[in-house]
Amino acid sequence: MKNTLANNEKKTAYILTLPAVALVFAIILFPIFANVWISFKEVELKDIRIPEPRAKKIIKSISEDPSKIKILYKLRNSSLLQEIRDVSFQDKFPKNFKIEELDTRCEYKKFTLKCKFGNWPAKYRENFQVVFETNDGSKINKKDLKSTKPSLNGTSDNILLNTTFTLKNFKKVLFDDEFIDLLLTTFYYTFFGTVGSIIFGILTAQMVNQKFYGRTFMRSVLLFPYVAPVVALAYTWELLLDPNSGTLNSLLINYQVIETPINLLGQKYVEINILGFDFKLRLALTTVIMFEIWRYFPLAFLFILARLQAIPKELYEAADVDGASPFQKFFNITLPQITAVISILFMIRFIWNFNKFEDVFLLTGGASGTRTLPINVYQQGFAISDIGMGSAVSIVIVVLLLLFMFFYFKLLGKRVDEN
Amino acid sequence: MKTKNLILFALISSFFLIFLVSIWKILATLQGLDIQNFNLQIVFIFGLLISFANLRIGNKIKIFYKSIIFSLIFVICDGYIIQKLPLWYNIGIFLVLYFFVNKINKYSFEDLKQEHSTQVIFFDFLTLFGILFFSFVILFPFYMMLITSFKTQIALLVNPLDFSINFTQDLRDLFNSYFVIFKSYKFGKYIITSSIVSVGTVFITLFFAIPAAYAIARLNFFGKTFLSTSILIIYMFPAIVLVIPLYTIFSQLGLRNSIWGLLIVYTATTLPVAIYMLQGYFKSIPKELEEAAIMDKLSWFGIISKIIIPLSIPAISSVALYVFMIAWNEFLFSLMFLDNPNSFTLSRAIQYLSGDAETPRQYLMAGSVIVTLPVLFIFVYFEKYLVSGLTAGSVKG
Repeated sequence: MKNTLANNEKKTAYILTLPAVALVFAIILFPIFANVWISFKEVELKDIRIPEPRAKKIIKSISEDPSKIKILYKLRNSSLLQEIRDVSFQDKFPKNFKIEELDTRCEYKKFTLKCKFGNWPAKYRENFQVVFETNDGSKINKKDLKSTKPSLNGTSDNILLNTTFTLKNFKKVLFDDEFIDLLLTTFYYTFFGTVGSIIFGILTAQMVNQKFYGRTFMRSVLLFPYVAPVVALAYTWELLLDPNSGTLNSLLINYQVIETPINLLGQKYVEINILGFDFKLRLALTTVIMFEIWRYFPLAFLFILARLQAIPKELYEAADVDGASPFQKFFNITLPQITAVISILFMIRFIWNFNKFEDVFLLTGGASGTRTLPINVYQQGFAISDIGMGSAVSIVIVVLLLLFMFFYFKLLGKRVDEN
Repeated sequence: MKTKNLILFALISSFFLIFLVSIWKILATLQGLDIQNFNLQIVFIFGLLISFANLRIGNKIKIFYKSIIFSLIFVICDGYIIQKLPLWYNIGIFLVLYFFVNKINKYSFEDLKQEHSTQVIFFDFLTLFGILFFSFVILFPFYMMLITSFKTQIALLVNPLDFSINFTQDLRDLFNSYFVIFKSYKFGKYIITSSIVSVGTVFITLFFAIPAAYAIARLNFFGKTFLSTSILIIYMFPAIVLVIPLYTIFSQLGLRNSIWGLLIVYTATTLPVAIYMLQGYFKSIPKELEEAAIMDKLSWFGIISKIIIPLSIPAISSVALYVFMIAWNEFLFSLMFLDNPNSFTLSRAIQYLSGDAETPRQYLMAGSVIVTLPVLFIFVYFEKYLVSGLTAGSVKG
């Protein structure tokens, strides 16, 4: 009895979870494997369209005889590259129709015209014409004819499914001259974006953890950048930073801080002199990182605030008795209490920033030294339309991420052991 | 020790005053006032003088009169002697100063003698500074978005600093950009598409997630722990890695440029979050309720629909709101899958608009306002539910 109950429970559980698991498997896990497959292939964007046989139906009435009609089918192979095999054709006609002469490839039975066109090479075109006549001599209604559409079928090779593989894509990605630069840009973007958002998160959480008028309102305002759509925010920033008529540049010029406008999103380097040392700052990249920090510090803020509110008040009271200063309280009580949250945050944000595509894409499109790996996936796959290369870059991303996670957890594990 | 504290206190409060006055001056400049100088030195000296004088006077004069006197002196110097400025600006400066004097009035000579007093003051002012700074930095772009959508092309080019809106003009002119994007750019259609996609995603996600979450929360089966941990790992997985294979598969299946394609992808990407959030909540529902139901021979369908769902309406609605927001804001997949303007979502439509360099920017900003408003409205209105869910690690970004 008990056994059947447990079995029943198992069965129910599988029924309940199956739809969700199947969907996630089909849309998330399967594509990851497909990605590996594609990355070893030489595929371009134009190759992935399956060639289709197409027919355009044109109806021409014959002026001297209203009971006759000429129908012209413009047949073509939609692909410029691949052939289609065993093309079959089918079209239906009204019951009183009689065909005048039949093409050898076709047969006319039960008011249906069926043809076998054989193989069509790439770019194939043919004008196929049939003439009909009504068997009772009545007038032909063109509209009826237009409403039925011919159906065509054929088989063709799918380039994605054959088993020719190549290492070319990975060679091209890894031995590209700009690969190191690409990695560094991605790393800067990810690392500084993550650290910056965590620092601002700590500051704001500390701030909101105090009592002041309008605190709940402040908490929702701080989350605005995080919940608003990227598209809107990115274009607003672009407008704000525009060199010609952007508000920021106009303000700075108005207050005589700068003389000529700075193209914050379009200039790769800016020379800065600090203490006699000249060095080049990646300007556009810095601006993009600023946007990144601005948009994602709210997440850090929320996590840290939740942790801060859980710290027992007694700790601070005891510190007050001991005469600790606010700085001491922060460094000796608050900071140790939030390190766990920070290390989780660091990992989450690092992974997500590493894969961030929309922000950079919308702000600069990857120009002026802001090309990160995800941007490269898009550019290879859709701008240069080399799907195989795009896939290879995304595989590189996955491998790097797995490496990062491996070392991060190893490091974390060590620190936990030490404590 | 005392002098050091005194000097530090005066410095901190003067910097705070500079900051306050500067923000007001920036806002005033954006209303079309011709202010070209912050007069930082003068404001700084005033800050020092006011904080010393305030300490000196202490409680001999009532705080109300004291604040008014200090503020008036500052206003007369700043708004009439140095540069003649209109009344509304001076009222603003007066209020800023009034606020400032009230803030520094908290500290007296006795406070400054105490241990760590400068650090306490520093932290107090840092908090105040932070509140103002972050409000300004965060709200300014939103403010700009809204204002720009009400301006005309010429006004934007002539003086990009003029943020004032002429409310006396005809309403049709004021909302011109909105009329244009609805009429010439079919934004009405995009709003409908976006709504259908987002609401559809919510329903499909909940339909799949509720049973799965229930099974993970309550039932015992082989592979349960594996399933619940893999949910989190899948959640971390980057969307950019899925884009190319999904693109190729969807093109071959003819799912690109269709709402169905988007619905499937959005559902799959939001499912892990939804399941994770819901199962946490389901676990907190007392088991006894279901045991009674099992006695009554209710099937699992009955248990879920008659007991679990009615009891977890708050959790389900917060998941629904999240999924809605994720689907509404989503950009990457809509960029990849939609290239026919007839099937655009709002985000994709705005991006498409901006692709044409000739598109006036006020149209772009009007579009941005339209796409942002619903999300912010939902967020502010349901903030309480959403924040607790956010900390459970939900919105991906």
